[in-house]
Amino acid sequence: MKPVFMTYTKKDLINLAVCMFLSVLIIPSFITTEYWYTSILIPWLCLALATIGQQIVMGYTGQLALGAAGFMAAGAFAMFNLILRVPDLGFVGSLIVSGLIAAAFGILFGLPSLKVRGIYLMVATLASQFFIIWMIDKFGWFKNYDSSGIITAQDIVILGKPFTTPLAMYFVCLAVTTVLTLLAMNMARGSTGRNWMAVRDMDIAAESMGVSLLRTKVQAFAISAFYCGVAGALFAFCYLKSLEPVAFDIKLSFKILFMCILGGLGTINGAFIGAAFILLFPVLLNAIGNNVFHGAIDATIISSIEQVIFGGLMIIFMIYEPLGMAKLWENLKQKLSLKLQSSNVKNLKSSLSKKS
Amino acid sequence: MVDELLFFMEVLVGGLLAGTMYSLVALGFVLIFKASATFNFSQGAMVFFSVLAFCGFMQDFNIPFVLAFILAALLMVVVGLCTERLVLRPLMNASEDTVLMATIGLGYVLEGLAQAAWGVEVRRLDLGIGDFPVPWIADNLKLFISALDITAGLVAALMIIGLFLLFKYTKIGLGLRAVADDAGAASSIGIPLKHIMLLVWSAAGVVALVAGCMWGARAGVQFALVDLALKALPVLIIGGFSSIPGAIIGGLIIGAVEKVLEVYIGPFFGGAIEGWAPYVLAIFFLLYRPEGLFGEKIIRRV
Repeated sequence: MKPVFMTYTKKDLINLAVCMFLSVLIIPSFITTEYWYTSILIPWLCLALATIGQQIVMGYTGQLALGAAGFMAAGAFAMFNLILRVPDLGFVGSLIVSGLIAAAFGILFGLPSLKVRGIYLMVATLASQFFIIWMIDKFGWFKNYDSSGIITAQDIVILGKPFTTPLAMYFVCLAVTTVLTLLAMNMARGSTGRNWMAVRDMDIAAESMGVSLLRTKVQAFAISAFYCGVAGALFAFCYLKSLEPVAFDIKLSFKILFMCILGGLGTINGAFIGAAFILLFPVLLNAIGNNVFHGAIDATIISSIEQVIFGGLMIIFMIYEPLGMAKLWENLKQKLSLKLQSSNVKNLKSSLSKKS
Repeated sequence: MVDELLFFMEVLVGGLLAGTMYSLVALGFVLIFKASATFNFSQGAMVFFSVLAFCGFMQDFNIPFVLAFILAALLMVVVGLCTERLVLRPLMNASEDTVLMATIGLGYVLEGLAQAAWGVEVRRLDLGIGDFPVPWIADNLKLFISALDITAGLVAALMIIGLFLLFKYTKIGLGLRAVADDAGAASSIGIPLKHIMLLVWSAAGVVALVAGCMWGARAGVQFALVDLALKALPVLIIGGFSSIPGAIIGGLIIGAVEKVLEVYIGPFFGGAIEGWAPYVLAIFFLLYRPEGLFGEKIIRRV
């Protein structure tokens, strides 16, 4: 077992401290409306987590997969059944086990990746999406023989304490997301991630260097599905507060794919940026529709326009910056630091010339 | 016994004919893949876009059937033109996966545009061909086969023959094949790449329109068409991405297998296995014959 926390630099720790400071102290003290927690922050964290899962398999390992929502559904319904049938596990235990169950599905449906790639793999992973949703839908046991189709999610109870207010749920999501993000960053930087990227960049070369394709690909699919499963469980329990297979349809898979690509393939922070963009942009458009045009534009038209813009952005990013928003952000930072440096140098020079 | 056999035949024939509908969608994919080695994920959206425009022209502007069809076909040519100019040309040297993702984006744009222009409600499309059993066949052969299915089969057959002749015997077809083989080499001997791309995308657009009409007449013109079109993907995997006959055979196999499984095995699992059975079938094909029945063998050079 390799040590897990070993690849952090000073810069990372500062970043982590800033993020924690913002999310634990600043956000709860400044944002008091429930709307922000229930409709933006909680789904953002959940979907960002699922996007990290998609990143692992698509951004890092280069396998075109399109079934994130299926694994999310597996995680969510596993969670429901675990809490219902094995109450001793507790919330955190159930969360981990439901992630593992999703990972088992990931391994099963990731196996075709050993033989095929690109669009072929996409079709194979679509099978997982449709199969998992169908299975949950058709076998009553998964839904505890509930006939209404929509099941209310159980309350979250950790160590005997209920977490039912929006703020408490936000903290639950935040804690899980933080831990899993740190783990993902470590994996991406360590030997695991290097193997993934080697397979992504040239699988034949990677194999001839002694990287086991079987191990690497299956591992990536399993870990990816684990992330999606946990994200799905959180999504159902903290955001939807209900369980229905329809919520995890192919549209959600596409959404996560968009978050992953627009955010920036092969980056962890891209997952957060992409998820934020895809979630916030419709809110912004609706606000513009309501406040600027005072509802003169039909809501369906606004959602159509939103679709056109997402698609258009996807094309534009593919043409000009295939590495997405994370790369734009990176470029911006680089430019700023360059400017800062050059101005520092100038100051230094002028002060030196004054002295002499 | 005879009744059971007849019933099986009916299920099988119904499945085969329904399969030609998938073939029609798959045909559009194959056309573009054959000429540019690009996988056009937006084909489903093109089906939806074209037939919604067709319906819109007919129902909102009261344009007669034939004229509306021509207008919709012209619109698809314009879509092809824009796609070539705005999406494909800038991505000329990009990797396959990048182009694929760009076509996913293109699909979103088309779906959004169609809904913004023509609304989201389900439209009825009446082609004048009923979706009910043909009395003559029902009387004489004791098989209940829908007239729409037969029409779809005939249209598919006609289109295949037309496309086959185009690819095999015309100069344009030769150019198309040359571009598919090696775009760089083809353009260096003077084959106009731009025109070829435009032609292929327009042809795919028209094929999408025809497929859309058939689907629309059966299931209504609605957003679900896009999801139905996803089923063309397993068809392609079974038939091979670059083979026109493959698209047809693949469609027939998917159609027949999904119907037979649904009728005979479905009831044990609560039905609706049609939703995933084609994909699982495709996975089995992928494991044993990744290039499909008629596709060219995939050779990757290091």
